[in-house]
Amino acid sequence: MNYPVIRGAAYALIHAPNLLLAQGSTQTMERAKHPDSEYLSKLPQHLRSFEAAVNYAPNQAYIGNLLPDELNNIAKPWYDNPIEGSTQGKFGEIMDETLFYALIKISDSFDLVMLEQSFTEELKARLASHPLFAHQASLLKDGDDLADIEKRIREHGAQELHMDGKLVGCIKRAHDWDVNLNSHTMLENLVVKASGVLALKNLIAKNGISADEIEYIIECSEEACGDVNQRGGGNFAKSIGEVCACTNATGSDLRGFCAAPAHALVQAAALVQAGIYKNVAVVAGGATAKLGMNGKDHVAKGMPALEDMLGGFAVLIGENDGVNPIIRTDVVGRHNIGRGSAPQAVIEALVTDPLDKVGMKITDIDKYSVEMQNPEITVPAGAGDVPTANYKMIAALGVKRGDIERQQLADFVKEHGMPGFAPTQGHIPSGAPFIGHARDLMLAGNMQRVMIIGKGSLFLGRMTNLFDGVSFVIEANTGKVSATAGDTDAVKKVVAEAMRQVAQSLLEEE
Amino acid sequence: MKDKKFVILGDRDGVPGPAIEECLKSFGGEVLFSTTECFV
Repeated sequence: MNYPVIRGAAYALIHAPNLLLAQGSTQTMERAKHPDSEYLSKLPQHLRSFEAAVNYAPNQAYIGNLLPDELNNIAKPWYDNPIEGSTQGKFGEIMDETLFYALIKISDSFDLVMLEQSFTEELKARLASHPLFAHQASLLKDGDDLADIEKRIREHGAQELHMDGKLVGCIKRAHDWDVNLNSHTMLENLVVKASGVLALKNLIAKNGISADEIEYIIECSEEACGDVNQRGGGNFAKSIGEVCACTNATGSDLRGFCAAPAHALVQAAALVQAGIYKNVAVVAGGATAKLGMNGKDHVAKGMPALEDMLGGFAVLIGENDGVNPIIRTDVVGRHNIGRGSAPQAVIEALVTDPLDKVGMKITDIDKYSVEMQNPEITVPAGAGDVPTANYKMIAALGVKRGDIERQQLADFVKEHGMPGFAPTQGHIPSGAPFIGHARDLMLAGNMQRVMIIGKGSLFLGRMTNLFDGVSFVIEANTGKVSATAGDTDAVKKVVAEAMRQVAQSLLEEE
Repeated sequence: MKDKKFVILGDRDGVPGPAIEECLKSFGGEVLFSTTECFV
């Protein structure tokens, strides 16, 4: 079987404290219910500086400058033990909110983003010095009068954009009455688009990929774009590809809550293996609503509001080149409708069922990339250490099956797991954050096999109580590439020609 | 558990509501409300 390969993976983080304050769902709901709450008054004092976000070890692991396992060597809490970080990572970058406002503006096709004139001048200079966006600085145009921006906010319900305590711009509604085009939704959707652009641009730039090689884009975040007649009509994928000059690509949006990236990667692999497209990019932008989601607990415990990062990622799936790690499309797990939601049933469906199909044990997988939420964010909020809980469940199933001994359970968690290092951005931590590290380790010959697991809380949409999950295995490339369909056809033609010649010579002899 | 009434708050990454529901029903408990929440 000629498996598709992972040609590259890129990761983007945006430090967004102003969006957290103004548009994070915990904050917007609190403002509506308790505008004078203690939480809202205290929250600004718990916001981190950009420098603190860059030097935060889990963020450096996310953009590829640190292996997740190396976090075990850094004293906790990580926010009190900064490392020397960089905005540039092996797999991507961390961007500040000021520059991200520029990305939102250049991602805006309908003149919905207004930025103040002097702020625009500042952004132009900064964007002109960014290697991936310098050629797009003119898209910022000349900016708007502050008085016009204030009027849009006051009289037309535009969303405010702040920086350093000052109003610097706004995002307008795209329709006077359409709830799906109101200013809040337009802001969330433009953030998805702009952060997806940042991830896809990094994928192209840092992996020697040409934008016009990409034939299809699957966007797999958690927002929906459309108007009142088609709430989730789409299409983030194509809009992101347009900004990134992927002129040969079309695309579509795939949704499945936090499981969407795993679904998207399986589908991208299938499209490539079937020969429908040669190169498929899977892209996801970030979730504005989840900024500061657990902020009340963080503030109550005297911690920084750590959910100040928007996340994005992009992965390119291509034809087998004999080098890059393969996606084992014959080792795919799925949580089917009839399976039930008991934790054991879920882990069996996602982990042991696919492994059993090819006779592997759970110990044949070097690392499991589950939902890699940073525990420093989730534990204080009472949600526990999600990756470790998943590893314990996999290990317990391994004990039950006889793959490991009971006393090996703790070692299994340590050896086959890793600390969570991704921001709590829903789909962003779900399996995908380790793909870049896994590819690197496999290319260096230091890892053989990884399982990517994505899980989704479908019940949040109130359409079903069902849970969801998908998994697949990535494996180091053996270098053996099967004959392609084209090669097989050529061989058949040569054989047919030879047969014709034999038949002709036999006829001539008669 | 028998004949007791229950309100269930399940965790998507721990034990989800429907699983707790099944356990309690098997003991003869009555489930008044069951939900599963996602904290991530």
